[in-house]
Amino acid sequence: MSAGLEIRSPGLGVSIQDDGRHGHRHIGVPLSGALDPVFLAAANGLLGNPAGAAGLEVLLAGPLLQALDAPVRIALAGTMGARHLTVAGAGRAVPAWSTLRLQPGEQLQVGSPCGVGYIAVEGGLLTPPMLGSRSTYARAGLIHVVTTLPCRAPLGFGERQNVALGHEDGPIRVIPGPQDDHFTAAALDHFYTGPFRVTRQRDRMGLRLAGPALAHNQRGADIVSDGVTPGAIQVPADGQPILLLADCQTVGGYPKIATVIRADLPRLAHLQPGDEIRFRAVDADEAAAARAALARRLSDWLAGARPAQAGGDPDTAVLLAANLAGAAVRGDDPHLWPD
Amino acid sequence: MHPPPRLFALGDAAFTVEFGPPQARDVPPDIQARVLGFAAGLAELQAAGGLPGVIEWVPTFRSVTVHFDPDRCLHRHLADRLQALAAEGRQATDSGRKWTIPVCFDGEFAPDIEAVAVACGLSREAVIAQLTATEFTVRMLGFLPGFPYLSGLPASLEMPRLATPRPRVPAGSVAIAGRMGAIYPWDSPGGWRLVGRSPVTLFDATRADHPALFAPGDRVRWQAVGPEALAAS
Repeated sequence: MSAGLEIRSPGLGVSIQDDGRHGHRHIGVPLSGALDPVFLAAANGLLGNPAGAAGLEVLLAGPLLQALDAPVRIALAGTMGARHLTVAGAGRAVPAWSTLRLQPGEQLQVGSPCGVGYIAVEGGLLTPPMLGSRSTYARAGLIHVVTTLPCRAPLGFGERQNVALGHEDGPIRVIPGPQDDHFTAAALDHFYTGPFRVTRQRDRMGLRLAGPALAHNQRGADIVSDGVTPGAIQVPADGQPILLLADCQTVGGYPKIATVIRADLPRLAHLQPGDEIRFRAVDADEAAAARAALARRLSDWLAGARPAQAGGDPDTAVLLAANLAGAAVRGDDPHLWPD
Repeated sequence: MHPPPRLFALGDAAFTVEFGPPQARDVPPDIQARVLGFAAGLAELQAAGGLPGVIEWVPTFRSVTVHFDPDRCLHRHLADRLQALAAEGRQATDSGRKWTIPVCFDGEFAPDIEAVAVACGLSREAVIAQLTATEFTVRMLGFLPGFPYLSGLPASLEMPRLATPRPRVPAGSVAIAGRMGAIYPWDSPGGWRLVGRSPVTLFDATRADHPALFAPGDRVRWQAVGPEALAAS
C-alpha cells in the first residue's frame, strides 16, 4: 500500500518547498525554501510535523490532488480555500487553517490564495532531497518532475482547526546597508519615507518596487558583486529598488541600500501588485526582539489549535476567493539578473 | 598596503567582511588571496567548533558573506570573532587545481566572436589564439549554480556586456565580458559575449560532495576542439 498524492492538475505557481537549501550558496545555489516559512510552519504544526517539513507552496492557483491507496492527512495555511471531493463525487468546502483526511481515491481541489498559501501533509512530502533540501529550484534542474507526491499514511491524530494566522502590518523593518553609503542623503530620506508600490514584476527571486527615485552618489550604481541574501534591497541605476526573495541569486552587482530583517521576510511573500509599503530602519537588537515576537505568535497560535468539529466548516465564502488573474508571475525577467 | 577589512551587516542573519572596496574596476589578485585566506580560516574555526550558529559563507572577488542563524549565536560576538579573524590577514592563493576545458569556437556556437574580433581589431583566429593562450583563475562561483567568474582575460579582448541581455543563453556557452571569462552551466538569460561552447558539465547535483566542478583559486585553460566534441557529450 503506497501513501501519496497523485497530481491530477498541477495548478499554477505551485512548487515543493521546505526550510531551504542551506550550505551550497558558495557554489551559486540559491537558498530557496518557503517564501513564508511561518505559514508553512503553521500548516506543518497542525499536523505535528517539524516546522520546515516539505509542503506545496501555492502562488497563483492550487492543484487538484488525489489520495493513492492509503489515506493522507493534509493541512492548509493561507487565505485559501479548498474543496474535498469524495469518490462518489460529493463535495464539501474545506477552510484553510485546518486539517482533513483524504481517503483513498478522494480528491482535494485547492483554490487560489490571496498572497501565498501552503498545503502540508502529515510526515511531510517525501520526494527525494537534492543537496539536502526538497525545495524546487527549477532554473538549475533542482526539481523532480513528478505525477505523484510520496508521503506516509497518518498515525491517527484527530483533525485540528484554528483561526486565521495573520501577519503584522506597519513599515517593513530593515537593517541599513551594506552599501547605504552609495546613496545621496536625499535618496536615503526618500527610502525611509516612501511609499513604494509593488509592481507586476515579481516571482520567487524578487520583486520590483516603484517609488521615489533613489539617486546614487559619486560611488555609483555598480559594485563589484558581493554576497546577497533574501531581503536584500538592491538599487540599480534607474533608482527603483529590487527586493530579493527566497530564490535570489547568491551574489549581486548593485548597491544594497538596506536588508529586510528575518522576522519581516514572510510578510513580503504576500505583497500584491499595487500594494504600498514603507521601510523603517532598526538595529540588531530590535531585529532579535521581532524574531522572538514572531516565534511567540506562532507558538501561541499552534497552542490555540483545537479539535475540528465533525462535518467541517461549511463556510463557502472563503472558497476560491482570491482572484489573482492580474498578477502573472514572470520567471524570465532578465532585469533581475545582473549577468 | 591595503585598508583594514571592514565588516557590514547584511540584514540580521549575515555579515559581509570586505577586503577590497566595492568600486574597484579590477580587483587585484592579493585581495582574492585574502578572501581565500579568510575562508580557509573560517573552515578551520568551524571544524574546531569555534563558529556556533554559522551556516555557510560565500567568498566573492573582494569579500566573504557569512550567513548565520541569529537565534543560535550572539550578533556582536560573531561580529567580533569575524573581525579578529579578518585582521589576521591570512592569505591563500592557488587551489592547486588546473583544468583544461574543451571549447568549440565554430560559428554557430560562437555568435559573438566575429563582433569581438571586429571591435578589438583582430582576426577571428587571433581572438581564438588569445583565448586559448590565457590561463584564467576562478575568482568566484555565483549568479547560477556552478557559474565560474574567470579572471585573466587580456585587455586586448575587453568588451562591455551586451546593452540588451539575451533572453536565453544555451547551457555550455563560453563567454567574455569586461576582463572576465565565464561558462554558463545552465540555459539562462545573459548579457555576456558568446565566443564558444563547451560540453563540460559544470554542475551536477548528484555529485553530493562536489556538485560544482570548479572552486575559487582553480586555474582554467580553454582548448579549441571541433564540433564533434559537443555531439559526443
